[in-house]
Amino acid sequence: MKTALIPSIVIASALAAPIAHADTLRLLTWGGYAPEEVIAKFEAETGHTVEVTTSNNEEMIAKLRATNGGGFDLAQPSQDRITSAQEEFGIYKPIDMARVNAGQFIPSMLSATAGNTTFDGEVYGLPHVWGTSGLVVDTAKAGNVQDYADLCDASLAGKVSYRLKRPTLIGFAYSMDLDPFAAYGDPAAYQAILDKVEAKLTDCKANVKTYWGGGDEIKNLLRSGEVVASMAWDTGGWQLNADNPDITFVAPKAGALGWIDTFVLPARGRADDAAYDWINFVMRPDIAAMITNTAGNFTAAVDGDAGVSADLKARYQGSFDQAAIDNIKWYPPVPAGLEAMEGATLDRINAAK
Amino acid sequence: MSDTSRLGFYLLLAPILLWLVVLIILPHIGLFVVSISEKTGPRTYETGFGNYAAFFGEPLYWRTFARTAIMSILATVLTLILGFPIAYYIAKLTRGRTKTTLFLMCMIPFWVSELVRTFGWMILLRETGVVSNVLQYLGLVSGPVELLYNDAAIMVGLVYTSILFMVVPLVTTLDSLDDSLIEAGYDLGGSSTAILREIVIPHAKPGIVSGCIVVFMLSLGNYLTPILLGGKDSLWFTGMIYTQFITRFNWELGSAFGFLLLILSSLVVFLGLKLSGQSLSETMGRA
Repeated sequence: MKTALIPSIVIASALAAPIAHADTLRLLTWGGYAPEEVIAKFEAETGHTVEVTTSNNEEMIAKLRATNGGGFDLAQPSQDRITSAQEEFGIYKPIDMARVNAGQFIPSMLSATAGNTTFDGEVYGLPHVWGTSGLVVDTAKAGNVQDYADLCDASLAGKVSYRLKRPTLIGFAYSMDLDPFAAYGDPAAYQAILDKVEAKLTDCKANVKTYWGGGDEIKNLLRSGEVVASMAWDTGGWQLNADNPDITFVAPKAGALGWIDTFVLPARGRADDAAYDWINFVMRPDIAAMITNTAGNFTAAVDGDAGVSADLKARYQGSFDQAAIDNIKWYPPVPAGLEAMEGATLDRINAAK
Repeated sequence: MSDTSRLGFYLLLAPILLWLVVLIILPHIGLFVVSISEKTGPRTYETGFGNYAAFFGEPLYWRTFARTAIMSILATVLTLILGFPIAYYIAKLTRGRTKTTLFLMCMIPFWVSELVRTFGWMILLRETGVVSNVLQYLGLVSGPVELLYNDAAIMVGLVYTSILFMVVPLVTTLDSLDDSLIEAGYDLGGSSTAILREIVIPHAKPGIVSGCIVVFMLSLGNYLTPILLGGKDSLWFTGMIYTQFITRFNWELGSAFGFLLLILSSLVVFLGLKLSGQSLSETMGRA
């Protein structure tokens, strides 16, 4: 009896082990970053299940703030929005680098992101997908648009759209020969820049058809020809280019604005094992290429661009030559409190007649 | 015996008490507590009415607030003007199957979500949309016309999304008006306008008031329609609350805005009831 019991316990625990190990990964991410086929492959390989919630930077932080960092096991905000959110709300936990397969990451991006997401000596973010925002232009109808400020050209009245958000302020500042990122640490200097941009954008308001809110909205406006020049994400421009060769992404003269979306662990996430498994899985070159092909943006995975479709590579190279890549302005971490200043500026632009 | 009946009374009372306390009173206490905390630095707060002061100190905030209230009242009046003839026709001039069919036709648009209905209006009104193309085809305009992204588009959307909530209470109250009263009015030589003013409207008043309250509340608290149909100048107060909560991470000011919106809507409803000489219990009881 006793001897018979021991093997059955062994068998039972052997059976139970993978089941206890399999978790549900609640992933808070952007549209396109977790394609169905990638999830299916991950679930088949690891036994974990994945629940995806798509969102954006602000909503991710708001959702995690509402639960003090609970409700999700892995989130993907941009790298510049991590330290201030951690300082204000304490919604993340540090990354355990021992559990990450660091060799899969492009070393320069890994260290840059680590530097930008370090708070109180701990690293909170790993790089995943990167891209830029710049200009998406119908080159047949608005070929003269080469820089953010060109959107205010009188010939484009009523045919222009951009978001009323912080990237617009930053982009316009650069095209007015100002350097907003250098002024991040100096509120008075930053306010002076904001005031100049406010005057410019208030003047420019007559040119704007509508301020767009979501990626699909701006794509619709451009596709229908109602808008011929806009400030938008590179992927949007490349997707439209597939349907209409005239429309494409243009890297502005003042520099495209570069962002890196990261992996962060919410403070009260329950499935860290599954989260690290997911990170190590999606950074594999083959999986990274699958994500690039759906999301349209490149990843921080070593050799991640090898399996990317030739069309997408051609569009990327058409928009960015080496000089344009060198000219990308990468977002540094946003200091806490800066958003309140920008908010007041955006409100005033919105209210101006 | 009296113990069991008392137990029964409390058991019957429990659901409504739970509803009131858990879903209405507690969240509002929470909202109020957040709204009176001022941020002084990362993770440090102190109690005060600074957020309310910020509202009155910044013209943009209270102008948007007033604009939202005025446009909601306008939307309510337009809905009443449009909804009354429809309700009168359904309640008084049709019988049997026609009546049911017409009533159903009013409801059918509400079988799809508000989002889909609003997108429908966007397809109709946009520069490359249906209305613009039809006008060009008929030769009435020479080039594409933009009908979207302005206050008129918001008004159309608001009236469309809330007209059912005006028609239903009106049909119910007009149904209860005895036809012989209208006939008696004609027999006594009253004109159509006199009958409408002296008999129909006084009888329908509770329905009018309750319909107006519901439509006003729906318009004031609407988020989707003004955001999607409105243009670069079309600010709506619920949009500002969203901005404060989500993009500015300023829950304190957002909560103060939420509380002010609650006070505003209560005040407007109170004034409306006073002006029309109705009481809330009577209106809601009869409609």
